[in-house]
Amino acid sequence: MTTIRLPESEALKRAAVKPRRFGAWYVAEHRLRVMRSYVSTVLVGAVGTPLLYLFAMGVGLGALVSANLGPHAVDGVSYLQFVAPALLCSAAVTVASEELTYPIMLGFKWNPTFIGISSSPITPGQIIDGMVIAVTVRLVATSAIYWAFMLLFGAAPAGTAVLSVLIATLVGLAFGIPVMAYVATIQQDTGQIAMLMRFVLLPLTLFSGTFFPLTAMPIYLQWIGWLSPIWHGTQLARIVSYGAQVPAWLIVVHVLFLLVLIVPFWMLSRHIAKRRLSS
Amino acid sequence: MTGTGVETRQPASVRRRPIGSLYAGNARAVMYRGWRATKSTNWLVVVSGVFEPVFYLLSLGIGLGSFVGTVTAGDGRDISYAAFIAPALLATAAMNGAVYDSTWNVFFKIRFARLYEGMLATSLGPLDVAVGEISLALLRGGAYAVAFLIVMQAVGLNLSWWALLALPAVLLVALAFASFGMGITSYMKSFQQMDIINFIMLPMFLLSATFYPLSVYPPGVQVVIQALPLWQSVELVRSLTTGAVTVGILWHVLYLAVMATLGMILTTRRLRRLFLD
Amino acid sequence: MSSPVIVASDLVKQYDEVTAVGGISFEVAPGESFGLLGPNGAGKSTTMRMIGAVSTRTSGRLEILGLDPDAYGPEIRSQLGVVPQSDNLDEELRVRENLIVYGRYFGLPAAHVRSKADDLLAFAQLEDKAKAKVTDLSGGMKRRLTIARGLMNDPRILLLDEPTTGLDPQARHILWDRLFRLKEEGTTLVLTSHYMDEAEQLCDRLVVVDKGVIMAEGTPASLIREYSTREVLELRFGADHNASMAERLKNVGDRVEALPDRVLIYTADGEAELAALTDADIRPLTSLVRRSSLEDVFLRLTGRSLIE
Repeated sequence: MTTIRLPESEALKRAAVKPRRFGAWYVAEHRLRVMRSYVSTVLVGAVGTPLLYLFAMGVGLGALVSANLGPHAVDGVSYLQFVAPALLCSAAVTVASEELTYPIMLGFKWNPTFIGISSSPITPGQIIDGMVIAVTVRLVATSAIYWAFMLLFGAAPAGTAVLSVLIATLVGLAFGIPVMAYVATIQQDTGQIAMLMRFVLLPLTLFSGTFFPLTAMPIYLQWIGWLSPIWHGTQLARIVSYGAQVPAWLIVVHVLFLLVLIVPFWMLSRHIAKRRLSS
Repeated sequence: MTGTGVETRQPASVRRRPIGSLYAGNARAVMYRGWRATKSTNWLVVVSGVFEPVFYLLSLGIGLGSFVGTVTAGDGRDISYAAFIAPALLATAAMNGAVYDSTWNVFFKIRFARLYEGMLATSLGPLDVAVGEISLALLRGGAYAVAFLIVMQAVGLNLSWWALLALPAVLLVALAFASFGMGITSYMKSFQQMDIINFIMLPMFLLSATFYPLSVYPPGVQVVIQALPLWQSVELVRSLTTGAVTVGILWHVLYLAVMATLGMILTTRRLRRLFLD
Repeated sequence: MSSPVIVASDLVKQYDEVTAVGGISFEVAPGESFGLLGPNGAGKSTTMRMIGAVSTRTSGRLEILGLDPDAYGPEIRSQLGVVPQSDNLDEELRVRENLIVYGRYFGLPAAHVRSKADDLLAFAQLEDKAKAKVTDLSGGMKRRLTIARGLMNDPRILLLDEPTTGLDPQARHILWDRLFRLKEEGTTLVLTSHYMDEAEQLCDRLVVVDKGVIMAEGTPASLIREYSTREVLELRFGADHNASMAERLKNVGDRVEALPDRVLIYTADGEAELAALTDADIRPLTSLVRRSSLEDVFLRLTGRSLIE
């Protein structure tokens, strides 16, 4: 029986070559199409966020800081230049958490499109990969817009500041992917995501050396920064943006920390998705 | 059931007062349902709202404050940066608590749960619903405010006995935002439109002289900022907690009172149009 | 030539302590319309998930189109169309977009996917809904859209899990009509149902499943012939009397079943039995003579009703 149909089996195997190779990209394509349905929100956010934060926290608060401490009081640069890379990284984290919390919950549970996708040739791992690709696209785009506004505000003096787009994207993923792994395990929604936003995202944004050097914090609050991808990323972004002085070994730590949050949790997310979708 | 009770008790007044068709004097029933619903969902999420301003205070007050130093208060005194932003965070907490309950919650009830249709099919009038929901929002905003006032007191950021009056002031802030928020929400049709509320709230939070004094802005911009309800709220509360009180703060009170009244009228009219016409 | 497209033998699926499927064997020939019939919780959906290559079997042999789903999941799924029990259309996309996005998952070129989507919207009688939101569709329309989605890749086998559950009678008939067309065009259909009329309408051959095992197999007609009589006489004596009357009538006809609301008498000639009862002065509140159905087969095999 099997021997007769050998050639046919070969033909079948060829039919899945493209989904096996490009499946994650098809998922990303799907995701980006969904994003198009709320494109106005995305655009207003992408333009409004840098405009608002750079103005309020950089220029406004900066005026107060300069009035009290002089124009180059923080890390040798103006307050606006000091705070801009941090604001960029925080914005990236916000975007990543928008894309990798509720949409993940939606896909597994509320409107289980992931179950629908997994009955096509696409594997659960490719669904996760596709979500990551799509959020990366949005991260790069919003960070690039942010960077353009930084230039406009004079908040990014060094030419290398363009690299902060890449860094912010990594920071977004370093926060978003572990969160995605967690959200993928949620079976019953009891407000976990709201709690996560309030007790993880908000403190990480506020205590990551964002608005002042981490060392200005009492030591018992500094550990939050050490554990925060926002702090590690912000420090890197400050190097490329205005040449902040950071020892080489610490640069290595910053990069490694971000990668450690991205790669293993990405693998974990794939594993969780596989267990949940094909049990 | 209650409907016949109300009518047999005061048939004359119901007919005479135009408000009778709008209000059955039973806003408590609406509040009770809201309270039960909050309890049965995740009360932890509601309670956790208290922490948001505390995180801001810890981060910006302590961290940023350590090198910003002092800010000049309304009466010319130098006050600590933490004492400067704490009242702003207090007013914002009241606004957020009130707006959340009166916008997102109400949006769900109008568009998805169809709760009000059920409520208005009983003896409850649109004003009962409006008063009930707004009171609930007020309660939440007020609770956040009390908790935060206690924190402020504990870390020594209430600089004057006037701070006691910050509580009623904050309730007024919550009332103004809740009644207006509910009225606006009745126009909203989709989630995308609900995002507009966030697009308004966040800039207001960042720009209303929350983190730095109004004098930072050029005079033309100052006028615009001063027109914002949150700036009015922040100034009112800040005057009280820092003790820089003048008769002028009554203008803030008037502004918020007018806003609350207009919001209430708007909400009642909209609910009647949506569900009774 | 017509070697089977699905071969299952001693197929077992175990979840921790629970055995969802306890060793079932069957084959499906190309172009055949094959049904798994049984009550809720019989293991039908689990079997469908294993055939759909989204659930790994605990033991036994399973081959779909000659391939082992454990090793060739994507290859097998590329040849299947799946209509799940509860719709999982993407509510954030419009009707036509749902088809296009899904077609892309099979690696099909964008232009092909677009024209295919239009063809299938016509097939599903949803042309005028192409730009509608999924959430605005009725239950029957959603189900037709899900079927259209399952056909985007011109599948060799279409899997339908409870295709008409929850639909009103009119929507069911529209759906059956569409499925009948597919059947005529030679698509292999595998469907589960707990509706007897549906199975009789659509299935060439079926297995009756209960508690994870196969109770009987055959065509609808042969199953009725084997496990039931030609006709059934339904008698109602009122809730308090059915049981005692069944006891009194136990020697009438070939077999008597007592249900809470009625007594069933299995016989070749219902009218004759009814006349005999009337002669014996036994007068039920209502009586009805009908042809045997798969419902009766199931009752005979398991002692229980299908829809409980």
